[in-house]
Amino acid sequence: MALAPLACLPFARLARLASLCIALLCAATSAQAETRDIIARLANAKFPVVKQVIEDLAAAGDPTVAPFLRKLRAGKVYWRKSDRAVFIAEREKRDYALFDPITGAKVDQVGRRAAKKVRVNNAIRSAIDAALAGLTLSSPKVETRLAAAKQLFADRDASALPALTAALAREKDPTVKTAFEDARAAILATSTAATPSERVKAIARLGERGGSDSLNALSAVDAKAPADVLAAKESAIAEIKRSLAVWGAAENIWQGVSLGSVLLLAAIGLAITFGVMGVINMAHGELVMLGAYTTFAVQEVIRVSAPALFDVSLLIAAPLAFLVAGGVGVAIERGVCRFLYGRPLETLLATWGVSLILQQLVRSIFGPNNREVGNPSWMSGAFELGEMTITYNRLWILIFALAVFALLLGLMKRTPLGLQMRAVTQNRAMAADMGVRTGWVDAMTFGLGAGVAGLAGVALSQIDNVSPNLGQSYIVDSFMVVVFGGAGNLWGALAGAFTLGVANKFLEPYAGAVLGKILVLVFIILFIQKRPRGLFAIRGRAVES
Amino acid sequence: MKLSRRQMMAAMGAGAVGATASGRYAFAQSDTIKVGVLHSLSGTMAISETTLKDVMLMLIEQQNAKGGLLGKKLEPVVVDPASDWPLFAEKARELISVSKVSAVFGCWTSVSRKSVLPVFEELNSLLFYPVQYEGEESQRNVFYTGAAPNQQAIPAVDYLKEQGVERWVLAGTDYVYPRTTNKILEQYLKDSGVAAEDIMINYTPFGHSDWQTIVGDIKSFGSAGKKTAVVSTINGDANVPFYKELGNQGVKATDIPVVAFSVGEEELAGIDTAPLVGHLAAWNYFMSADTPENEAFIAEWHKFTKNDKRVTNDPMEAHYIGFNMWVKAVEAAGTTDPDAVIDSIVGVTAPNLTGGVSAMMPNHHITKPVLIGEIQDNGQFDIVYETPGLVAGDAWSDFLPESKPLIADWRSPMKCGNFNTVTGKCGGAG
Repeated sequence: MALAPLACLPFARLARLASLCIALLCAATSAQAETRDIIARLANAKFPVVKQVIEDLAAAGDPTVAPFLRKLRAGKVYWRKSDRAVFIAEREKRDYALFDPITGAKVDQVGRRAAKKVRVNNAIRSAIDAALAGLTLSSPKVETRLAAAKQLFADRDASALPALTAALAREKDPTVKTAFEDARAAILATSTAATPSERVKAIARLGERGGSDSLNALSAVDAKAPADVLAAKESAIAEIKRSLAVWGAAENIWQGVSLGSVLLLAAIGLAITFGVMGVINMAHGELVMLGAYTTFAVQEVIRVSAPALFDVSLLIAAPLAFLVAGGVGVAIERGVCRFLYGRPLETLLATWGVSLILQQLVRSIFGPNNREVGNPSWMSGAFELGEMTITYNRLWILIFALAVFALLLGLMKRTPLGLQMRAVTQNRAMAADMGVRTGWVDAMTFGLGAGVAGLAGVALSQIDNVSPNLGQSYIVDSFMVVVFGGAGNLWGALAGAFTLGVANKFLEPYAGAVLGKILVLVFIILFIQKRPRGLFAIRGRAVES
Repeated sequence: MKLSRRQMMAAMGAGAVGATASGRYAFAQSDTIKVGVLHSLSGTMAISETTLKDVMLMLIEQQNAKGGLLGKKLEPVVVDPASDWPLFAEKARELISVSKVSAVFGCWTSVSRKSVLPVFEELNSLLFYPVQYEGEESQRNVFYTGAAPNQQAIPAVDYLKEQGVERWVLAGTDYVYPRTTNKILEQYLKDSGVAAEDIMINYTPFGHSDWQTIVGDIKSFGSAGKKTAVVSTINGDANVPFYKELGNQGVKATDIPVVAFSVGEEELAGIDTAPLVGHLAAWNYFMSADTPENEAFIAEWHKFTKNDKRVTNDPMEAHYIGFNMWVKAVEAAGTTDPDAVIDSIVGVTAPNLTGGVSAMMPNHHITKPVLIGEIQDNGQFDIVYETPGLVAGDAWSDFLPESKPLIADWRSPMKCGNFNTVTGKCGGAG
């Protein structure tokens, strides 16, 4: 078939004649002519007609039409108003470049108003997926065949059975073979045309396969099926539900840990400023927000000047966010907090004022609307672990949170700055006598806490809105974690964050998101009645003072 | 007391336009007609409401370029209620009694509207409310230019049913609009034969950001062998992480479509929409509507904001219609006096941006087309369904037993917002 356009080449000077040429002169490819006739019906077609066209293309079984169907799905197929011919169109500045639907050769270039899109909706996209699955069963690529098998499994379209059986006989690759057999089982299980013994066997296969898509297929077995089929269905469903329940619990734990890692990131900076220094910093959330906006700014610069660097934008943004938020933190400490040490109520009010100023400042600079921070490719999508869906962004945030935690712990325990911080916290007067510049240490400690908040902002920009209000939604949660975990202790923040995260996720399915949050709050209030200093209380002189 | 105040206002209005009271304002009032803009410019709702402030300024500027109204220039008075619901009432009072505005265009959330209602009633002024809402209300001083549930939610559900959906997730933010809408939808679905176990209802707090569990639940709810759809009344920026999670967990529109009532072009501006292609939204206007009126409006908007990337959305169109209706009603009445405008505005028509002409109904709601759009990879919507004609807004839902017998008609002689057709009395279900 690839010969057809070649044979036409001498005749094809006038591009518009190309399709005519292929249809008339190259009569050898009558199948293609038929395909073209079907495609031509797409001009100004209503949704039912488009759907019929797709089904006809699938029935014609010409695999060369697959790329065209993909373009149709992506909304790239247009028809020219002058002669109602159908093309694949690409936007070229203010025009459309038109390409032949089968050969893909460029045919024409028309103005924006001269061509109209063949509109698609969900029903049509589903039809295209089904048609593509049927057409790509014998594709040379393993992934394409696997995708086709998966689609057939989900569609359970009995008309695809003969093609599937034929493909199964040809198949060499063991993974694809299993996928084909599974898809065949899904079709047979729900097909009324299959014999009861075939159906029982298919149902048993689905039961062994497990997973929610098998459950979906099994649930679709009609209630009027023979008794033995129904019995097999019930036992298979019960079996799948048992294993899904175990996976469900595992998924809950994973989601709890993931929520915990977000809480940990948001709270860990506070664990330093509030926990170690005892400053109630209401502007903590805004420092997180500054980190997120730094990420946005970095991505903007990259988008404009070096698009290739987009995937590493977060790695560039992280140190910058640390510096920006840390710098603002030092400014807050030097400008406001240091005059108010020992007066917690006034610190609270002053930093709250700072938080409002920062919010409005960002709103004035970046506007009140949410800003789009893109996900690098390695943070998009998910992978399946058994029956669990683990999204990459959550996984990376967990790793990032733990890394930040480990770094901070190392800094506090192993560096001179950490030593001085702990000294000043434990006994300011004594530390000063020993020659520690307490004012400098205060500024550095506060700056460190603020910088970590900036790092949290980089991570949160990936899962939450980057808006001037970003910080507000995390400030309460952060204080909750620090108070629950025990002020003055990084390990407390870790334990507090993960406990609250997991508790929240186990309550959510039963109590709902709103009530779940309230219950966690009530639990913390009760817990603090019993242990006012949190999970990991520091004992010693510092506490008494 | 209330009546006498109203009569007093009417008398004053009839006497001389605007020359109401103390000399301090007399000069300013005879010079211009003031229009109040009551939208949050800071706080959570700023994301949505700032745009509406801008569009009001643009409409007023355009009207002034056309020669103003009744021979006078219009003068916008912008205040910032800062997403603080009680502050809305204070600012409304300030607009009416201190700035002496002739009409107010404002509010977004239902709770802010509920907070200003008593003020508008007491001081007898006009409020044009541009956002789709839960219905169950019709007030003499308020004009609802956004959609009532029968102009958005019900047609959207009908469309999905036509597409073969049998199982429903009703997901919403936990406040009055989603709760009332979902109550209406649940009753509507049950009336049309959907079993209770095929409906899942879920509420989340404002600004919810961890959607893992809920998206997981939706996925497992959808694996019961029946076509499932999500009807989302999730409001505000919680939508962004919700759609991100849907995209990441691979919930495709061809498997489980999500139809949203509060997600428009503005909300999608913060997301990569490639994984969301095919998810739906129901509105009365989309920026992609292919009409000359819309093209002109978008061009004006880009010129006014000096930014050709700014999107337009449904509440903006509602303000466009509402403002033009108010202008026509004032011209018809020959005065900006609220009582005269309330009488003259019923039946006034103004073109909408989707090629039709909307009319103000006696229940203070307007007629609008209902459009269903599918999200495209460029953040716009492709209109896949449109009601054949315009739908009149129904203040009191027919699907709730307590509001079924109620109707609203602010013309003489009924002049009632909650007339009970069973008891024959004005005063609601009781």
